[in-house]
Amino acid sequence: MKVIVDEERCVGGGQCVAAAPDVFDQRDDDGVVVLLDPAPPHERAAAVREAAMLCPAAAIVVVDT
Amino acid sequence: MTVNGLPLARPEGRPLDPPPELAEIRARAPISPMTYPDGHEGWLVTGYAQARAVLADNRFSARYELAHLPYGDFGRLPPAPAGDISAIDPPEHTRYRRLLAGAFTVRRMALLAERAEEITVGLLDAMAGQGPPADLVTALAQPLPGLMICELLGVPAAEREGFQRHAAAGILDADVTPEDAYRAWAALSEHIGALVPIKRAAPTEDLISDLTAGDLTDEEITGLGVFLLGAGLDTTGSVLARGVFALLTHPEQFALLRADPGLVEGAVEELLRYLSIGPCGLRTALEDVEVDGVLIRAGQTVTISQPAANRDPARFPDPDALDVRRDAAGHLTFTHGIHQCLGQHLARLELRVALRGLIARFPTLRLAVEPGDVPMRDEYANVYGLYRLPVAW
Ligand code: HEM
Ligand code: HEM
Ligand code: SF4
Repeated sequence: MKVIVDEERCVGGGQCVAAAPDVFDQRDDDGVVVLLDPAPPHERAAAVREAAMLCPAAAIVVVDT
Repeated sequence: MTVNGLPLARPEGRPLDPPPELAEIRARAPISPMTYPDGHEGWLVTGYAQARAVLADNRFSARYELAHLPYGDFGRLPPAPAGDISAIDPPEHTRYRRLLAGAFTVRRMALLAERAEEITVGLLDAMAGQGPPADLVTALAQPLPGLMICELLGVPAAEREGFQRHAAAGILDADVTPEDAYRAWAALSEHIGALVPIKRAAPTEDLISDLTAGDLTDEEITGLGVFLLGAGLDTTGSVLARGVFALLTHPEQFALLRADPGLVEGAVEELLRYLSIGPCGLRTALEDVEVDGVLIRAGQTVTISQPAANRDPARFPDPDALDVRRDAAGHLTFTHGIHQCLGQHLARLELRVALRGLIARFPTLRLAVEPGDVPMRDEYANVYGLYRLPVAW
């Protein structure tokens, strides 16, 4: 799977980091999402989908590859 | 069928359940036309998917002054006071939110875990020393969120007791008059206002100091500080007090947690879903918007019932059952969209630490009065709550 994040839309709530800390992080100054792994391994698919579902700002897009 | 104002009355003897009419309204139409008390023709959203869709759509504004109120006869609201970022729209909202968000990241909140543990241990020690019985509200639900916010904002230790007293008088006590509450808030604003120039001159490791590094005025920082207090104190205290009440009136659920404290994380999510924090959120359409086949016209107010959406059987099976083992993630108690609670990870931290501490310290915890004698806030309150929770062990 491929993950795309939209920094403009992000509101820095950190739902993604709580759901998949190995894939998402947040910038220290403004809380905006940092994508650690744009192509997470298959085992992380469920956690990444959970992060996209929980994201309040629709800032995470998951593309199946 | 048009709904006539937002139903508020809770079912007899079940003070934690939403008004029963909401389930009927949701079954008929998850987005229903509603006549507001001032005569406005707007909408009521009771379905989970529909609530999420409205909350995620920035063509709806959160500004107070645009909204018609779905209950009571308070007239219209003035615009948000300085610092209240929950009722402003982008781009102003984005600017403030980014300034604050760095202080609330998952990583920053994890750094507060140790302090939350220490504070909780201290409060539970004091509770054990003076009881049984004890009032869980004054022993834990009120002071823990207050002390954690003092920690976050950087209120000096010597001033915390007075700070707490004012915060309590402002919002949590049953017998405060509106004048008392107003005075207490005025005192708190004054207190935070006095702190800002001190932190600007000699910054320490805390949120107020961080904010002075940017281009905000002292007034703006004071406003944000007061708003954070208002947003984080009463809400977390309310979920903690009502959450313990819910567990003690569902003893089989409490027993599950006692047997496996590993369930506490999930239990906190489930309590948030089950309890909700208030009767509704409000949004007003800035242009015509179609949601789930319903055309909402520019200028119409949409009332989003989180209590109804959190109990939508299409999203949460058997929704009226409190079940600490269910996956309750995605509930709308912290709302959804760009205004989703910025303090949610702090709130979760406090709730988890408090529940784990209570279970370990008082495994035989029980109500010291009949459930019906626990005084609940009246149904017009825009944040749910209870005033006292007498417990024994
Ligand atoms: C269980 C406890 C809590 C609950 C249920 C809760 C709930 C909410 C809700 C529903 C909103 C959205 C308001 C709206 O859209 O009109 C909100 C916003 C907010 N909350 Fe919380 N909250 C809690 C704790 C906290 C804490 C501890 C803090 C910080 C110290 C906090 C800070 C904020 C802030 C800053 C906002 C505004 C976010 C924005 O508009 O961008 N909250 N909260
Ligand atoms: C142990 C600490 C404190 C206690 C027990 C305490 C208690 C009180 C009480 C009982 C009142 C009267 C409330 C009323 O008029 O209904 C009051 C008023 C007030 N307090 Fe405190 N306080 C404390 C610390 C502080 C601190 C640290 C500040 C701010 C720096 C502060 C600022 C004020 C102000 C400005 C008022 C006046 C509000 C008015 O105009 O009536 N207090 N306090
Ligand atoms: S969940 Fe969404 S809005 Fe929140 S930090 Fe992650 S990407 Fe940003």
